[in-house]
Amino acid sequence: MTKEFWRWKEYNWKDESKDWKKAKIITAGVDVGSVSSKAAIMIDGELYAFNLTRTGSDSPKSAQNAIDGAMDGTGLKLDNIQYVVGTGYGRVNIPFAKKAITEIACHARGANHIWGKTVRTVLDMGGQDCKAIKCDERGKVTAFLMNDKCAAGTGRGMEVFADLLSVSIEEMGDLSLTVDQEPEPVSSTCVVFAKSEALGLLRQGWPKEKVIAAYSSAMAHRVVTLLEKIGVEKDFVITGGISKNSGVVKRLENELKIKALPGSDKFDPQLAGAIGGALFAKALIEKSKYKLEFGNWRLENAYKNIS
Amino acid sequence: MLAHYGYKDGSGDFFITIDTDKCNACGDCVVACPVQVLEMVEDEGDPFREILMAAVTEEHRKKIKYSCALCKPTANRPALPCVASCKAGAIRHSW
Repeated sequence: MTKEFWRWKEYNWKDESKDWKKAKIITAGVDVGSVSSKAAIMIDGELYAFNLTRTGSDSPKSAQNAIDGAMDGTGLKLDNIQYVVGTGYGRVNIPFAKKAITEIACHARGANHIWGKTVRTVLDMGGQDCKAIKCDERGKVTAFLMNDKCAAGTGRGMEVFADLLSVSIEEMGDLSLTVDQEPEPVSSTCVVFAKSEALGLLRQGWPKEKVIAAYSSAMAHRVVTLLEKIGVEKDFVITGGISKNSGVVKRLENELKIKALPGSDKFDPQLAGAIGGALFAKALIEKSKYKLEFGNWRLENAYKNIS
Repeated sequence: MLAHYGYKDGSGDFFITIDTDKCNACGDCVVACPVQVLEMVEDEGDPFREILMAAVTEEHRKKIKYSCALCKPTANRPALPCVASCKAGAIRHSW
């Protein structure tokens, strides 16, 4: 079998220091994206376990795979999880999720949890689309803009290039930064045309890293035009798979003249949506309890309780 | 929340912006649009909001330049039905 260069690593993680049996509230967020599926399990509002896996053609099955992977080795069963929120493209098709929430809301909430209250602009560079989100100190969305009309500026585009150039997807970013001089960006924003353009450049004798650099800067430029529409404010963070591509991130920062906050060791930035989902799940449990006890639950509490 | 629906391509910026802080879920815009570009949905940015908000339908998001062309003649453009119908002033077109 030929090597598939676009194949990024699937993995799961759990916090050994925590015991879910002692937890009061166990919630999960499952983010079924177009390329990857993420599941995050949180106990009492803190991340306990997560799993990152590829999305197959069957979205209920991908969701199941994701949550199974997250529960793997913890002894947790689906019944132990009190509330599951589904998000991402496949959110309406997750059988075990109690509620579907848009990835826009979940990413803002998740980024607020990962990087803290100072986050104002979140750029989610996903597999199939790109979302620019602005939020307030509670992680509540104040503006958003989504590009899902074409694959330019998305993870899928990067995967296509990884395969074309036989460079593994994890190395793309660093390799693109090894060029001495920044080449002109590829002129096509469409991935299919950009691919033909890249082939032409290779034939002219361009080295791989130069082609990747040209594509990465075209990608960054495309996203910047989107971001400018809603306006970028500090602190700025990037979530989604492309946030792990140093080449695109660096070029984005240069063009925006704003540095993105570095990803923390504790959280994978690709998980922001799933973490946001799990936090909303907790808030939804609290909302129903509060309603039972006090009767007059106010919307504002949703964001207060969980931060 | 400002929800921008639409896209940007080589021919320009095509966004319909809904200000959900102003939108009161009356649904007048949905009725006013002659080509059913708008619909009422659950708030996309705030799962805890209890009223609906107006949004551009999934079907039209990637082609609003063409969907909205009917209401946008090049000369003597009348008020856009959706914008005119919104008493709260929550709808804006970028082009």
